[in-house]
Amino acid sequence: MYRNLTIRQKQIVWAWAFLAIPILFYTVIRFYPTGNAILISFQDWNLLGDRTWTGFDNYQKLFADPVFWKVFKNTFVYLLIGTPVSLIISFVIAYHLDQVRFMHGFLRMLYFLPFMTSAVAMAWVWRWFYQPVPVGLFNNALASIGIPQFPFLQSTTWALPSVLAPAVWAGLGFQVIIFMAGLRAIPRSYYEAARIDGVSWWTVLWEITLPLLKPTIVFIVVFSSIGFLRIFDHVFNMTTNNPGGPLNSTKPLVLMIYETAFSAFDMGYAAAQTVVLFLVLLVVSLIQLRILRDS
Amino acid sequence: MSFFNVKALAVATATSAAALFSTAAEAVEIEYWQYFFDARVQAMETLIENFQEANPDITVKMTHFPYADYRTKVAAAIPAGEGPDVVQLFYGWLNDYVAADLIQPLPADVFPASKIDEEFFPMVQAMKDGDAYWALPTAVRSLALFYNERLLEEAGVEPPTTLDEMIAAAKAMTKRDGAGNLTQVGMTAGMTAQDHHWWREGLIRQFGGEPYVDDYQTVNYNNKAGLEALNFYASLFSGDDAVSAIGFMDEPQAAFKAGRAGLHIDGSFRIGSLNNTRGLKWGVTELPATADGTRSNYSSYWVNAITTKAEGEKYDAAVKFMEYVTSDEAMQVWLDVVGELPAKPSVGLTDANSNDPVFGPFIKGLAYAHTTKFANESGQRQLMVEMVERMTLQGMSAEDSLAIAAEAEQKILDEYYNSASN
Repeated sequence: MYRNLTIRQKQIVWAWAFLAIPILFYTVIRFYPTGNAILISFQDWNLLGDRTWTGFDNYQKLFADPVFWKVFKNTFVYLLIGTPVSLIISFVIAYHLDQVRFMHGFLRMLYFLPFMTSAVAMAWVWRWFYQPVPVGLFNNALASIGIPQFPFLQSTTWALPSVLAPAVWAGLGFQVIIFMAGLRAIPRSYYEAARIDGVSWWTVLWEITLPLLKPTIVFIVVFSSIGFLRIFDHVFNMTTNNPGGPLNSTKPLVLMIYETAFSAFDMGYAAAQTVVLFLVLLVVSLIQLRILRDS
Repeated sequence: MSFFNVKALAVATATSAAALFSTAAEAVEIEYWQYFFDARVQAMETLIENFQEANPDITVKMTHFPYADYRTKVAAAIPAGEGPDVVQLFYGWLNDYVAADLIQPLPADVFPASKIDEEFFPMVQAMKDGDAYWALPTAVRSLALFYNERLLEEAGVEPPTTLDEMIAAAKAMTKRDGAGNLTQVGMTAGMTAQDHHWWREGLIRQFGGEPYVDDYQTVNYNNKAGLEALNFYASLFSGDDAVSAIGFMDEPQAAFKAGRAGLHIDGSFRIGSLNNTRGLKWGVTELPATADGTRSNYSSYWVNAITTKAEGEKYDAAVKFMEYVTSDEAMQVWLDVVGELPAKPSVGLTDANSNDPVFGPFIKGLAYAHTTKFANESGQRQLMVEMVERMTLQGMSAEDSLAIAAEAEQKILDEYYNSASN
């Protein structure tokens, strides 16, 4: 049968044969568990016994749970502060780094280094930086010049920004590199033409650089938004004894899912939270793609 | 390699495989599972060696997993007919394991309930259902008050025996810098460590209350005793003369290990890591009593049980193994290797053990210890953490914060006991 096919048809058969492997992989590793998670979200399961069907109970419980709404808000605070702040800082660094020739590679390496560092190790080091006297670096410095201690991680107001700061810093290196690649891709001739016309620095930035960086910005915004919506390791490691504390003020959705699943063993409830996170990620990504793409 | 060599190799492999099977047919092999903790694995290896020597027809194969994967693997393996014949589990998981049909009751002829009631410390009775025991511990843990000998000496105080003495000693050891920042605490505090157990089963009972009623299904601390216990606990870290601070040096045990805390309440499992801390001179004493001598302690334990997978000769072998791991000899090995306390007074309360300067205070504590039946230990601990945080961070009154915690904990208990799978 294979022999009777035309060359074009044979090519299609082979293409599908090769494509079947990733498709199979995705079906088994991604789609099947995803489907299963959605199924579990309508069930009650403690990981040991039988799964029992409970309909929308898990979702009703979720929407009535004040901790869930607190955590939902925290997740968006991470997103709404983290994404713009890291975008602006990384652009400013990339813009200036792009014009530096002296030790350019070395500086770029320094910015990229935190991105390669283990998030766990970094979170613990920052956790110790933030401690009150006598161990905390920052508070010891404050105390030595006579300023009262600052409750970095021991305050419901300041704990979230304190956790977010190292997370932003850790992601900067990657964004700087992407921005620099974007800047390099802008043809020099535009800038030369602008210089001949004598336009201001601001106009060059606003009319040439930023519009031509749009694809880069879209990529970074989507990528870092998903990262901040899924933030976990920094929070968990900086608050291990009291995960997401104090008083849930730093708890993101992923940490709540983890606790529900693996310390309360309430898999159905955890799956319902996962489905909500999935929908949030989907909606946020679609909105961003739409807003940033057309204009 | 030529064809003949391959053939020879294949024959050799088949023969050695046959030899392997023939020895397997003579000896029964049972599997034992526990989570990975170096000292526990070492102790179990010793026990298995001794057991196999006494029972040459039985071999025991131990498998251990990281704690994080433990429950998932057990749950997946046993229903599939794989996995352990004898399994270790936390006492708080018993209901889940029974409901999921993962373990079977111990045979009443070998483990008669009346004999176990008599021989083991009373808190083990939580593992009893009617006339049968579901599971039994080798070792138990309790709390005691660790003290830093150098700091006590420097402050000129003795190891405290009552709560009032404890506060006085802690005050004498607290140090502040010129700006009033604590640089050394008289005593550690933090519900994230062992203090939530101390508060629940220790302080509340010492102040005349009973933390839970109805076999731990109803919260019973939102009352005078609970409030007094909370106020006493909060007095450690509130006000200008506080002897402690929540989060001082990140973790209570870190502060104590670093020699920056005079007193520290912790479990017997901390002994090993304190022994490995260079330059720390420490001692340990019983949890302080009230002025009228009332004492109370918290105890927890891991148990071993026979799974539903064990049948026939494997079941018989598993019963023998269970008999051995709950024997006096096994308990002494566990104490010597892991530092966990024997589950039977006959072993624990020997003169040598109860007068031991390190184990003694813990073993004495077992006599008046209570075991909380948790539905979700970390969830219930979290509520205690938040109860204190509402007071320290948001300035809420102890009454209000206690009421919120009691209500939230009752909700966790209700959900657990009313859920379909339990």
